[in-house]
Amino acid sequence: MNLCTDQLAMLVAGAGQLVSVSHVARDPLSSAMAKEAAAYPVNHGLAEEIYLMQPDLVITGSFTARATVDMLTRLGIEVVMFEPAATMAQITDRIEQMGAVLGQQKRAAALITEFDTQLAAFQAEQGARPRAALYYANGYTLGDKTLAGQILTTAGLANIAAEYGFSGGGVIPLEVLAMAQPDTVITGRPYPGASRSEEIVRHPVIDTLRRAHPDASISNSDWVCGTPFVLRAIDDMVALRREIQKATP
Amino acid sequence: MSLLDLRDFGVTRRGRDILRNINLRVGAGELVGIVGPNGAGKTTLMRGALGLIDAVGHSSLGALSPHARGRAVAWLPQSREIAWPVDVQTLVALGRTPHLGAGQGMRVADHAAVDRAVARMDLGAFRNRTTTQLSGGEQARVLIARALAQETPLLMADEPIAGLDPAHQIATMQTFAALVREGRSILVSLHDLGLAARHCTRLIVIDRGGIAADGAPTAVLTPDLVRDTFGIRAFLKDTPEGLIFQPLEVVG
Amino acid sequence: MTRLAFGLSGLVAVLFIAALVVGPAEIGVVHSIQALVLDGEGPVPLVMREIRLPRAVLALMIGGSLGLAGAAMQGYLRNPLADPGLIGVSGSAALGAVLAIHTGLAASVALGLPLAALAGALIGVGLVMVLAGPSGSSLTLILAGIAISALTGAFTALVLNLSPNPYAANEIVFWMMGSLADRSMVHVWIALPLIAVGAVLLATLSRGLDALTLGEDAAEAMGIGLRQMRLTLIFGTAAVVGGSTAVAGAIGFVGLVVPHLLRPFVGARPGRLLWASALGGAAMLLAADVAVRMILPARDLKLGVVTALVGAPLFLHLIYRIRREGI
Repeated sequence: MNLCTDQLAMLVAGAGQLVSVSHVARDPLSSAMAKEAAAYPVNHGLAEEIYLMQPDLVITGSFTARATVDMLTRLGIEVVMFEPAATMAQITDRIEQMGAVLGQQKRAAALITEFDTQLAAFQAEQGARPRAALYYANGYTLGDKTLAGQILTTAGLANIAAEYGFSGGGVIPLEVLAMAQPDTVITGRPYPGASRSEEIVRHPVIDTLRRAHPDASISNSDWVCGTPFVLRAIDDMVALRREIQKATP
Repeated sequence: MSLLDLRDFGVTRRGRDILRNINLRVGAGELVGIVGPNGAGKTTLMRGALGLIDAVGHSSLGALSPHARGRAVAWLPQSREIAWPVDVQTLVALGRTPHLGAGQGMRVADHAAVDRAVARMDLGAFRNRTTTQLSGGEQARVLIARALAQETPLLMADEPIAGLDPAHQIATMQTFAALVREGRSILVSLHDLGLAARHCTRLIVIDRGGIAADGAPTAVLTPDLVRDTFGIRAFLKDTPEGLIFQPLEVVG
Repeated sequence: MTRLAFGLSGLVAVLFIAALVVGPAEIGVVHSIQALVLDGEGPVPLVMREIRLPRAVLALMIGGSLGLAGAAMQGYLRNPLADPGLIGVSGSAALGAVLAIHTGLAASVALGLPLAALAGALIGVGLVMVLAGPSGSSLTLILAGIAISALTGAFTALVLNLSPNPYAANEIVFWMMGSLADRSMVHVWIALPLIAVGAVLLATLSRGLDALTLGEDAAEAMGIGLRQMRLTLIFGTAAVVGGSTAVAGAIGFVGLVVPHLLRPFVGARPGRLLWASALGGAAMLLAADVAVRMILPARDLKLGVVTALVGAPLFLHLIYRIRREGI
């Protein structure tokens, strides 16, 4: 019923264990496992449709539709809620939790080992930290206490949100961003259909900042959920960092 | 010289003839009163002649370009509309609109015309007053001054004295008469047959969409016509004080 | 008269400079002006030229447009309640703009966005003129405005809700209230052609609006072509409101407040009120835009919120007065 738990479940679950995933899980922009999700019937997080599927267990995120969860509980269906992961350590916790919930401890353990190995490889290599800005629609940025912030830090980049005292999320006005002169601006990839909120990432100021340095437009799917796919995000960021370090000796 | 010439003129609205077969000429120096019962078509005749509404037949004014028409005739509508609280001077000066070229400001001659109109309507003391704060009678005089400032050979006025007190009614008719003596012509619709008989040089009676009579007041206001057109009996006598017409009672 | 012109121009100039030096990035006044006019590289010139200058220029253009459009519509309808925002013209322009953005027209056709907003505004003005009549009473005018605003607002919300983009639905507020945040020179060039054409059209109405003080019949008999005036008014208003709304959303009340405040200073003459309201509108929107940046700098407070806070009480006062005078 939740994009992130869907993905964890698809990674950990054995054959036939998973009945349905949420419709967002099929959206290639948000979901790193859109292809895999195509194999499952989708739900829209409505209590009625989920009840009719008669599952033994519903797994959802703690921010997902409270009313639906309450209703399902009243109807006698067991619901497990997962806190979203905001650090690398929490990701392994969630994988472990998913393994326990689905009775697939072994598969979970294997995933964790693989995840930790790759993560360690990234952390081995460090150097000067180029200053990066995460910049989303409406001038939103994310700080160190968020998963995206953790991805940056792990990849060896300094998040300028910290310079402005953001640890969670917040808005950095475009002017302030321009004055901060980050070494790179990392923006979300726009969703289909235009929106004025996303226009900000095409503002001439952003273009100018980007011309000076290598930049990146990130694919949301690897960044939004605490799953092993964040490794791909970190990998992208490490590549970006190397590029910047090469350009500015 | 004719200032207004209507030939085979008519106005049709929603398939109904409101006016038909109107033939009418107004020359210089005439004070023409248009009289007739309510709904006879007095206002329609004037608006049609001006080209403000669609009409059939020939109208010498309707054939003019809007700009030229504004210098040939001044029109004083019945509704005394003053939309914004402008001062008297400004309102009267609007009468100069047809005389100004595009983007041109008021010239010395235009200011002089405004001054003449203000003086003639005795508005000197009101010049800087706000029009919308004046009494109804005062507003009527200001609006007449506006039409006078246009300084056209012909003035057409739709019931300009309705709602005025007797003194101002008489004063207005005397002003018109004075203008006519100077060689201008005025076409004015009136409900007060007494004032019409007394001040106009010529009366045109409109009834049921046509001209029922046209001529000097004594010739027009015959007992038969007054009875047939207005449904009243009246007293009419030429006295040393001028022509006196007094409606007496409703007949038939 | 010239005193008013100087006073308003001076006010606009001061507020324009204020709009340039106020912002979340703390840059000294002298430093920022230097960075704007002198050549230079680096963050400060970038902020000044690409963020603050377009924002101030847009506030100037759009405020002027709305003031001008309000004065022209009020003069023509002889009704002090006519404001492009209140009578639904801005709302229909916003619908046009939203449709252009979400059908991809804005991206595929040069000037597609402002032209679509123009088309929307044209329909809006046309509807108001038809519904309210050439000299409609206040009641019919306001009712027509409510109907058009509600309808266009609903369609705008519908289009945004149907968008596959998750941010679009949150933008209803922008289109309803208007904002100049994070606009760029691109937006200036999008809006400028329409606003310039519309302003020239509306400026030609000056004499006709004066004459209309006496009513339609008297004005027409003085050689004012009413049909042409009506067309000029419709196209002129639609152009300035369309151009403005396409880049800044629907900003209400400027066209109501400014002519109302300035009317006594121009002797209530609708012709003179045109240019005075253009300057006054520019001043009001510049002031409002400075205010949104000073009051809640981090929150992207919508411009329309500020203009409504000033304008709505005045609107109520106007209605009260009109009722009392029995117009």
